[in-house]
Amino acid sequence: MTAATRSLRRWGFVHKWASLICTLFMLLLCITGLPLIFHHEIDDLLHTEVKPAEVAPGTPTADLDKLLANALANASLKVPHFLIWDRDDPNVMFVSVGESITSDPTNNRFVRMDTHTAGYLDSPDVTGRFTYIMLRLHVDMFAGLPGKLFLGLMGILFCVAIISGIVVYAPSMRKLDFGAYRRQRPRIVRWLDIHNLAGILLVMWTLVVGFTGVINTWADLVLKMWQYGQLAEMTAQYRDRPPPTKLTSVQAAVDVAARAVPGMTPSFVAFPGTVFSSKSHYIVFLKGDTPVTSRLLKPALIDAETGKLTDSRDMPWYVTTLFISQPLHFGDYGGLPLRILWALLDVLTIIVLGTGVYLWLRRRKAGVSVERAVAQGSAANAPLMSS
Amino acid sequence: MGRMRNRRTLGQIFAAPIVIGVLSTIGLIAALVGDGWWDAVSWVSLGLPVLLYLFFVVRRKHVGP
Repeated sequence: MTAATRSLRRWGFVHKWASLICTLFMLLLCITGLPLIFHHEIDDLLHTEVKPAEVAPGTPTADLDKLLANALANASLKVPHFLIWDRDDPNVMFVSVGESITSDPTNNRFVRMDTHTAGYLDSPDVTGRFTYIMLRLHVDMFAGLPGKLFLGLMGILFCVAIISGIVVYAPSMRKLDFGAYRRQRPRIVRWLDIHNLAGILLVMWTLVVGFTGVINTWADLVLKMWQYGQLAEMTAQYRDRPPPTKLTSVQAAVDVAARAVPGMTPSFVAFPGTVFSSKSHYIVFLKGDTPVTSRLLKPALIDAETGKLTDSRDMPWYVTTLFISQPLHFGDYGGLPLRILWALLDVLTIIVLGTGVYLWLRRRKAGVSVERAVAQGSAANAPLMSS
Repeated sequence: MGRMRNRRTLGQIFAAPIVIGVLSTIGLIAALVGDGWWDAVSWVSLGLPVLLYLFFVVRRKHVGP
């Protein structure tokens, strides 16, 4: 056996096992991810929501303190954590409310408010919704941080499977043209051709969507790093101060932030004491106006006792990486056509996974391992294939 | 097997995949950079793998090897 053959066998072994371990979870992720690409449309179809008032363009927005008071008067939970501008509908804002300031924000209720009239719209319980169940299965399989990190590990194996797949693609294609599909041959040959073709066509997309998914599983850890790093640095002088007894105006805080960071608009406000803030500050997160800068949030810290600006810095590299990896995973940055392409590429990924499992089952039954078949120079021409 | 020919070199095997990989990368980045034409660049370059798959697997139905 030559060194090259031995090396190929090793790559075949890596491809087989990395794929086998992650395939079941990758199928779960691809299948639950598919409806998530269209979660807005599905929610619109399955659920009714109160529409905001129709206003003429240029209508001024309502005072945020009034909007907040109206939200709290109508909400079942009473402690505001976040004030959020709807990315997709400028007529709507959300107030995310929890049981207490320290309660887990994943259990928060979203109160929908009218941006212009400050009127209460609704605050539906979304936890029974189809899209919510898909989201939780996709993000952590209802298992919290351990579930997230486990799926991240499966994502890393998926990336290993893709890279080793590129290596074992070469011997498979020695005698075939690019795109070869031997339609007259038995199913195992046809499905090998489909596996090779779809796999190699999708290499960059699956690698990018797979790896940005892995980065997203680390979001909680990245947030903690930022809290103990840059945020702790910016709020060092506040460490020994008691939290403010009475909060200043949130509208005034947003105005101060907007003046401090010209050219950016507010995306959301984190209230003092929440996971995205310090105990003494409102943090107004501002966004830019291009597809990429609208994802790169910049925090402006406003002292919640005096209403004055404490600091505003660009996020460190690890938070920026997380911000950029979000659109690249979701596919929500190039209009409906891009989301449709995301869905089609997702379906093709399911085909690669399914044909891969089938090829393994068939070869196992025939008693010839993938790495052996690969090492023979062309897996497609191994004798068992004619069966 | 009508396709038996000389063994292909790595360059021949990976020429098309490299072109498609580069185009996919451009497509993934373009829509992040801007709207309008930038989005269109993404649609075309990420649509290419889907079209090629359909071309090879579906369209050649009636062409023998």
